[in-house]
Amino acid sequence: MHSYRLTHLKELESESMHILREVAAQFENPALLFSGGKDSIVCFHLARKSFFPSKVPFPLVHVDTGHNFHETIKFRDELVVEHGAKLIVGSVQESIDQGKVQEETGYYASRNKLQTVTLLDTIEKHKIDCAIGGGRRDEEKARAKERVFSHRDDFGQWDPKNQRPELWNLYNGKKRPGEHFRAFPISNWTEMDVWQYILLENIAIPNIYFSHEREVFDRDGVIYANSDFMHLKPEEKPYTMRVRFRTIGDMSCTGAVDSPAATLEEIIEEVASSRVTERGSRQDDKRSEAAMEDRKKEGYF
Amino acid sequence: MKDTSTHGYLDMDLLRFTTAGSVDDGKSTLIGRLLYDTKQIFEDQMEAVTKASAKRGNGDVDLSLLTDGLRAEREQGITIDVAYRYFATPKRKFIIADTPGHIQYTRNMVTGASTANLAIILVDARKGILEQTCRHSFIAALLGIPHVVFCINKMDLVEYSEEVFEKLQKELEDFSSKLEVRDIRFIPISALKGDMVVDRGDRMPWYQGPTLMYLLEHIHIAGDINHIDRRFPVQYVVRPMTNEHHDFRGFAGRVAGGVFRQGDTVQVLPSGFESKVKSIHIGEQRSMEAFAPQSVVMTLADEIDISRGDMIVGANSLPESSQEIDAMICWFHERPMQANGKYAIKHTSRDARCVVKEIKYRMDISTLRKADGEPTLKMNDIGRVHLRTTVPLHFDKYQRNRITGSFILMDESTNETVAAGMIV
Repeated sequence: MHSYRLTHLKELESESMHILREVAAQFENPALLFSGGKDSIVCFHLARKSFFPSKVPFPLVHVDTGHNFHETIKFRDELVVEHGAKLIVGSVQESIDQGKVQEETGYYASRNKLQTVTLLDTIEKHKIDCAIGGGRRDEEKARAKERVFSHRDDFGQWDPKNQRPELWNLYNGKKRPGEHFRAFPISNWTEMDVWQYILLENIAIPNIYFSHEREVFDRDGVIYANSDFMHLKPEEKPYTMRVRFRTIGDMSCTGAVDSPAATLEEIIEEVASSRVTERGSRQDDKRSEAAMEDRKKEGYF
Repeated sequence: MKDTSTHGYLDMDLLRFTTAGSVDDGKSTLIGRLLYDTKQIFEDQMEAVTKASAKRGNGDVDLSLLTDGLRAEREQGITIDVAYRYFATPKRKFIIADTPGHIQYTRNMVTGASTANLAIILVDARKGILEQTCRHSFIAALLGIPHVVFCINKMDLVEYSEEVFEKLQKELEDFSSKLEVRDIRFIPISALKGDMVVDRGDRMPWYQGPTLMYLLEHIHIAGDINHIDRRFPVQYVVRPMTNEHHDFRGFAGRVAGGVFRQGDTVQVLPSGFESKVKSIHIGEQRSMEAFAPQSVVMTLADEIDISRGDMIVGANSLPESSQEIDAMICWFHERPMQANGKYAIKHTSRDARCVVKEIKYRMDISTLRKADGEPTLKMNDIGRVHLRTTVPLHFDKYQRNRITGSFILMDESTNETVAAGMIV
């Protein structure tokens, strides 16, 4: 006789699998937004688990800002081949070339804001009615209020004050033509849960999460990877050090951490003792107190 | 894994709780305190809150700013929507559904309560039981939250008086005897000063019970799930149709009650056909059994036509199957519930339509009695209704199973979720 009790990781896993199956059942043409970061990798792993022995019944969508770490792109391509997944790539460079968006200029130029336009275009072009994302509610204050099934109007906008109530595990995915949804299967996970789950399930992640030597430079107390995309100020001198990335966004807005952590166990120890949130090294959230809320209303992930 | 904390983390369980209280009774401060004293606040969050407090001219750092997420909320200093918060101690991981206290946001309280194992209801030691306290307690009971903790807050403003606490506890006991809650606790606290939240402090030596945090970490929750009546709503049919898995036909779902074992005799609803559980799968792994709330894929020994919305159940404990549904309803929408109105209904994985045959009564929540007069259900009202559905639902009473006993109603023209229902 044993007790019928799930550990919190297994309970979260079960909840996420239930959500992913609801998405597959309720929508005609869902897709998984895949950034190559750990959260979207975990979502893909959960999707594989949810439908096995069938393949994941929806494609991956990657919004390629053109400023990605090349390690991320390599990882993405290998994953697609290994699991026979379908990949759709939306290109921010294309949106810029077509004149749909204008590239930011100056030292703080980032393509983060531009990718919203590319994302919405890709959703429209491929008639995606539900975009599954790896957003978590613990990441940021505005995300703490996001529903698991998040309704978007035909402009892709989020109306935080007019969200559908979401009760028990009943998810209302009903919509009118032209409207679409975002679904967040790992809403209830924390950064720590994600790392522990990666360890528990032995999930492969891009190598830049682990400590490595890289050319970096300092700006406003943040360590950035040096690359062709970065426009250095005269006083910013690149140097080499051992770093790793705690989140993976664009090279132009993701800060590195000074870290010797080279294994999952060491990363978990580091996360447990960290005194800064993972988005604390993301320049895009610091622009104003309501930065994330503004971008979400416009249709950001 | 050399470190023991890593091992520990892999063996923690999950407690979901909701916090409710009236405006200004220190709910956000309590959550800020729980996060702060368990060292869940990060430097950049603290820095942002300190900056925001200074900008608004607050002298002290306002811990409530940690939880108020949307711009309108920060500007008005109130919480509009349900916000989910996460923290962990070495014993448990916690999910807080932080819900607003205003009457007009009752729907958010119901939302937060729907998945909670435990409810914290804050009572201002100076003000005692308010209409809000009654409303929150009633909702916690209605939504079947097994454990309710009344925190008598602001004890610092009543000189940590044992008499004040005891008088309030007595009043709350009298009042809550009318409610169906299995487990009710009382704790005197000061969220502002921190007494009896995480640390005991030394200002209430007369109180011998546990601190709030001790209770949250140790309260027994494994018995809250129905492990007796086997219920498996089918979400999705897995048919790979590959050479390797040519005849594989699996039913994906999340166990809503009971324990299914390989070889068990089961019945499929609505067809009524019986079969045996042939295999149970969790991803690539086989399992001998599946229990609530696991998500699994099940195959059956016989080829039976099963699709989304059907339910696989234990042959010896069938749920009720009926098109006539009696339920308590919480109405969410500005447009009142229409008698004879038609709505879309979602119950487990089954979608149907229904017509409101009768609004039986509206609850007066401040008195816990049926309200007089012609019953109507307006936004944030709670009442009892009788529905007739287009197809039979397979359900249990909500008090017996929170998953198979619950449903939502949706407006057929706007698709909005307009009500939550609990089958009685």
